[in-house]
Amino acid sequence: MTVHEQLAQGQRSSAPRSTTGGGASAPSPVRRRQRANAWRGRLEIALLTLPALVVFLTFVVFPVLSAAYYGFFRWTGYGVPTQFVGLQNYVTILQDPTFIDALTHNGVIVVLSLVLQGPIAILLALLLNRKLRFQGAIRVLIFIPYVISEVVVGTGWTLILQTSGALNSLLPKIGLGFLQTDWLADPSIAIWSLMAIITWKYIGFAVILFLAGLQGIPEELTEAASIDGASFWQIQRRITLPLLGPTIRIWAFLSVIGALQLFDLVYIIWGQYVASTAGTSTMATYLVVNGRNAGSYGYGNAVAVVLFLVSLIVALVYQRAVLRRDTEGALTGKGR
Amino acid sequence: MAVTTALPSNAVRGPKRGAPDRQRGNAVVYVVAVVVIALMLAPVAYIVLGGFRTNSQITTDPAGFPGPWEVGNYLDVLGGGLFWRLVGNSLIVGLATTAGVVALGLAASFVIARYEFRGRGAMYALFTAGLMFPVTVAITPLYIVVRNLGLANSLGGVILPQIAFGLPTTIIILVPFLRAIPAEIQEAAEIDGAGRLGFFFRMVVPLAIPGVVTVGILAFIGSWNSYLLPLFILNNPATFTLPLGVQQFSSQYSVDTARVLAFTSLSMLPALVFFSIFQRRIVGGLTGAVKG
Repeated sequence: MTVHEQLAQGQRSSAPRSTTGGGASAPSPVRRRQRANAWRGRLEIALLTLPALVVFLTFVVFPVLSAAYYGFFRWTGYGVPTQFVGLQNYVTILQDPTFIDALTHNGVIVVLSLVLQGPIAILLALLLNRKLRFQGAIRVLIFIPYVISEVVVGTGWTLILQTSGALNSLLPKIGLGFLQTDWLADPSIAIWSLMAIITWKYIGFAVILFLAGLQGIPEELTEAASIDGASFWQIQRRITLPLLGPTIRIWAFLSVIGALQLFDLVYIIWGQYVASTAGTSTMATYLVVNGRNAGSYGYGNAVAVVLFLVSLIVALVYQRAVLRRDTEGALTGKGR
Repeated sequence: MAVTTALPSNAVRGPKRGAPDRQRGNAVVYVVAVVVIALMLAPVAYIVLGGFRTNSQITTDPAGFPGPWEVGNYLDVLGGGLFWRLVGNSLIVGLATTAGVVALGLAASFVIARYEFRGRGAMYALFTAGLMFPVTVAITPLYIVVRNLGLANSLGGVILPQIAFGLPTTIIILVPFLRAIPAEIQEAAEIDGAGRLGFFFRMVVPLAIPGVVTVGILAFIGSWNSYLLPLFILNNPATFTLPLGVQQFSSQYSVDTARVLAFTSLSMLPALVFFSIFQRRIVGGLTGAVKG
């Protein structure tokens, strides 16, 4: 009791904003103190959260909500939108074969990202998850492409992959001259070039995540299994992979969302115009090209809403179908 | 009893059989690691080495090594004002974004982690829902908001939205971190006469430094590399950040491949240096983000 009294007085004396004047002579010091504390608490909460809330509401929540609103207008981006067109923009989007192409490319990129990056990254993480010399250096070097900006990656890979670029000049030298091709412009090849670049850029992230997940698995389990005579790969398949399940599922989720919203690399490498003819356009590049660059802001916002809804549906389905099964390894289940 | 007798015999057998296995395994691992690292570094090496070549060297043999080495491209880029102006803009944007994300994120996370009030759950949910809204979705109206605030073509117009979009990750990482600070420390601070704000500034801020560093690094690298937002907000070349500048430079001097490569490799240098200094924190931070 005395401690509480002291504590409260200490608080009061350190708080200039406190509205209580009463000491021991006040009729009900405890209640008053509580009320004062409640007020002070509210003030602190407001003081600490208001800046973050204001910035967040202004630059995230409001724009997202207004995208939904502007999407119903034909609007060039100046003044107040007046030309209400209802669902016209959405009809146009869904009937535009260019958009359907972009959506299809997004789908392909989602699937290929999972299929290419997942197994390779898991394999690398399993191989690297042991005491190795230079382990720190190996991790850093694998992670480097992830840190380099998309613009640098795009510029560099464009010079490597263009028709007169480094790759086509290197191939004959190592006896693979028959592979020479138009890596960026050929619609049947370009999407694979894009996937190679995406894999190169983002696989380090996956490996680091998986390594982090692997380190959370108690060594006793694998030790016990090896004592029982299980081989290295048996241990990985029966013990490590299932326990890595949660990490894999989170990575897959991030990867899917990232692939649906892919913009930078495609826009930088294929520019504004050739992405659709090269078969690499995405919903986001479609948004920028047909919204901002075309001066149709209403339409661009409608595309943003579609992009968001697609991401949301995928996220919800994924959460229901995959993230829920937390007890069994989704990936190993599929693999069997 | 059976277990205790079984253990020693296995323990004796274990290392004998395991040792050569492990060594062979390690050799395979090293080979794989070398191949992977070579693949990861080859494009980077191409950019860096290409900057040391002349255009005629690049035209006759696009995939060759420099011979003779030509430092003129790098010196030109470093001697011109353009590169330094871009670096300056990127630094301002990156540092301001980092400071803003850390300050606002830490304050909000502290409230969410350590105050009891109605609406706390809703506030947490609001911020975390921000993860579902990446810049791409909101970019068009965001540009309009920024323009209406008179911030188009100014670095502030990039900084403020970046802070806003950085808050969800920051809060998700910091809230569990701040919750983990033991209540005893807070009680001790209160007994010593510190209010909750005093506790925040004197105890929480220093204790949260590791989490703050992680969050700050993620915010800085994200800002340093960000492309879409500056592309929309900044149209005046004087305000360009490094990514916009690299792209403009490479389309403007597309004939001068060697100089483009020099420019590009210099522009990735700061991020690489920054990364190698803080790599432990970055990797650790990602681990925390997954678990949290």
